[in-house]
Amino acid sequence: MGVLSQAAKSLLLKDIVIGYVLGVRQFLAPKETINYPHEKGPISPRFRGEHALRRYPNGEERCIACKLCEAICPAQAITIEAGPRRNDGTRRTVRYDIDMVKCIYCGFCQEACPVDAIVEGPNFEFATETREELYYDKDKLLANGDRWEREIARNMELDAPYR
Amino acid sequence: MAKLKVDGKEIEVPDHYTLLQAAEAAGAEVPRFCFHERLSIAGNCRMCLVEVKGGPPKPQASCAMGVRDLRPGPNGEPPEMFTNSPMVKKAREGVMEFLLINHPLDCPICDQGGECDLQDQAMAFGVDSSRFHENKRAVEDKYIGPLVKTIMTRCIHCTRCVRFTTEVAGISELGLIGRGEDAEITTYLEQAMTSELQGNVIDLCPVGALTSKPFAFTARPWELNKTESIDVMDAVGSAIRVDTRGREVMRVMPRNNDQVNEEWISDKTRFIWDGLRTQRLDRPYVRKGGKLAPASWSEAFAAIKDAVGKAAPEKIGAIAGDLAAVEEMYALKLLVSSLGSANVDCRQDGAALDPALGRGSYIFNSTIEGIEQADAILIVGANPRFEASVLNARIRKRFRAGPLPIGVIGEMGDLRYDYEALGAGPETLKDLAGGNGKFFDKLKKAERPLVIVGQGALGRSDGAAVLGLAAKLASAVGAIKDGWNGFAVLHNAAARVGGLDIGFVPGEGGKDVAGMTADSDVLFLLGADELDMSKVSAGCVVYIGTHGDAGAHRADVILPASAYTEKSGTYVNTEGRVQMTNRAGFAPGEAREDWAIIRALSDVLGKKLPFDSLAQLRAKLYGEVPHLARIDRIEAGSADDVAKAAKLGGRLAKGPFVSPVRDFYLTNPIARASAVMAECSALARGGFKQAAE
Repeated sequence: MGVLSQAAKSLLLKDIVIGYVLGVRQFLAPKETINYPHEKGPISPRFRGEHALRRYPNGEERCIACKLCEAICPAQAITIEAGPRRNDGTRRTVRYDIDMVKCIYCGFCQEACPVDAIVEGPNFEFATETREELYYDKDKLLANGDRWEREIARNMELDAPYR
Repeated sequence: MAKLKVDGKEIEVPDHYTLLQAAEAAGAEVPRFCFHERLSIAGNCRMCLVEVKGGPPKPQASCAMGVRDLRPGPNGEPPEMFTNSPMVKKAREGVMEFLLINHPLDCPICDQGGECDLQDQAMAFGVDSSRFHENKRAVEDKYIGPLVKTIMTRCIHCTRCVRFTTEVAGISELGLIGRGEDAEITTYLEQAMTSELQGNVIDLCPVGALTSKPFAFTARPWELNKTESIDVMDAVGSAIRVDTRGREVMRVMPRNNDQVNEEWISDKTRFIWDGLRTQRLDRPYVRKGGKLAPASWSEAFAAIKDAVGKAAPEKIGAIAGDLAAVEEMYALKLLVSSLGSANVDCRQDGAALDPALGRGSYIFNSTIEGIEQADAILIVGANPRFEASVLNARIRKRFRAGPLPIGVIGEMGDLRYDYEALGAGPETLKDLAGGNGKFFDKLKKAERPLVIVGQGALGRSDGAAVLGLAAKLASAVGAIKDGWNGFAVLHNAAARVGGLDIGFVPGEGGKDVAGMTADSDVLFLLGADELDMSKVSAGCVVYIGTHGDAGAHRADVILPASAYTEKSGTYVNTEGRVQMTNRAGFAPGEAREDWAIIRALSDVLGKKLPFDSLAQLRAKLYGEVPHLARIDRIEAGSADDVAKAAKLGGRLAKGPFVSPVRDFYLTNPIARASAVMAECSALARGGFKQAAE
């Protein structure tokens, strides 16, 4: 019996046929890969990407320079200098820098923020050609906030019930 | 002694103790806001509630109830108090909830955040949520001066600030008006506080209602490095803590030292730090063609070598300023004497104090703590309020403790306590020393009379005679006896006593300050800025100092040095207490530590000083002046020294005693570089008339 079935398998090229069938099936199956720069996979509303400093709807910056994010940051990537703002004496940052190279994207800063000013937005495509470009300052972070505000606000709204 | 049980632990405490003190003695923690050891008891925050057995059957404010108020049990068992029973827990939670009803939730923007009593105690003793859904109250902020910022909505009405200003500072300018929800702390007239100790209300405030205006928003307590040090703004030598971030001094806070400053510091001590950043000398300069030009260290040293080479040894001199530490004065003295000159002096104002008479003739013999034992005080030619604000608070403390005759000869300003104006000048002192006048009898009758002699009396042409008269008077009224030496010289320069201790005064044939300024070829100024620079005639003035002030403007060579927060230096305060500063940061630019500059210069001049490190310098210094090695202790002056001083005589000049401190806020180069001090000074000159904006 063993000898017979072995001979039939070889003569009828069973393994090769199985291989072809598998190949054709995979060829016809829907694709798992995406055409990355043009297509993108879904990401969670909790995704922790590039940082942004948000503003209130009236354009006032949210950050009040409480320095909690600086204190909690495990990588010590955040540097803040604070002082009274010139025109109204309110507490504001003079300097707000994040070293994106040091940052480990843990999200503690947005957890610590009492006014939802510093957030990690959905953007993950911020690779640069030089290291210096990854030292973000306040202007860059505020510009990020302005650019991504719609997505950030939507993500926060989606995540709100679980907070 | 009273016996009682705290949380089941039996202890014995003195009769005058409050329950709160008894609990502390037993090691039990009791939260509090309004209670403060050095202020009177108010009992209005209710945070220190405890349960007592043998007293009323309701929670009791432990700060306001004495241990004597508790009754023992029916069989004589000691009364009991509980600090951790369910009743106490509930009471604390209730009090905390009430306090938080009207306290805003603005910790993230509050400067007290991170060092706030309310924050800490809400975490430890409060509940996690509020049941209050109505509107919180809001209170208008008040203007109380350029130093203290108010955010009155945060106030919890503990009245510590009110009690401090009335009891310790001696001004009745803060008060609580209104009741219940309308209660407010206010100056009522919206004008700046006039006290030199007002900064202390910032530390006293348990919440963020009173915060430091110059420090506003600049740093958080957790990012500051804390260095324990000593203040040099006056001769009291208050214990301070210098808070730095990176290279910069961010603020100065007081430390507790019961023997010197308790826990108060003057505003000049506290708000000086912006002066440490401005007007700094950060590189050497050499005068070329009438103008100061930046130079390297070697160029500067070469210029000095040139000048010293041309000068006759007896025409080389050195004057030490008011902020110089003992180490650098010692090094400079060695250098000058190795150059063959005896011209050194640390008495910029020409005060007639002579270390040859002995230590007792130039220190505050009674000690600052001893003021509390004095029962009659005579102040001669000093204005302690401006010359030593913290020491003045000690006199006021004694004044409040019971009847105390205080007499003043000299300026009649508001000293924050009542005194008898005896006269203005040396005639009055002579009269008194001759045994005339009612005040002589008062001093005579006193058990521990105290005669305070200020620099206003000694820095005159007849200073020696005045010193002699004062010492004679002290002996005549019995101020010098076993266990009490009531002859006290009040200094106003931090460097002075240290300089006298190491003999930084003209040696044999040496010239004093007046002689040196009038006639010398090379003059070293070690941070000496209080001289009349128009009289300095030296061909080459070498200024070793920190700030671009009078001395640097007159200088021909400037060597940049370190300020008191940037070096470890020994300072001896007015009572002769040896204390040491610690380095909190580094000097800017190319500036170096003073002793190292002098050591390096000595090498260039070919008279190499025999030490290569601060430790070696100190070892040599301690060999010569052993008591300087005993940090935080006082080498007492002997009664014989006062007797020697009493033999001094001479003609008395006419004219009243004038305090050398004309402007409390601008007494030294660091203060003159400070914008905050300038603002305070302008305000004080304007009579504190500026109202709120």
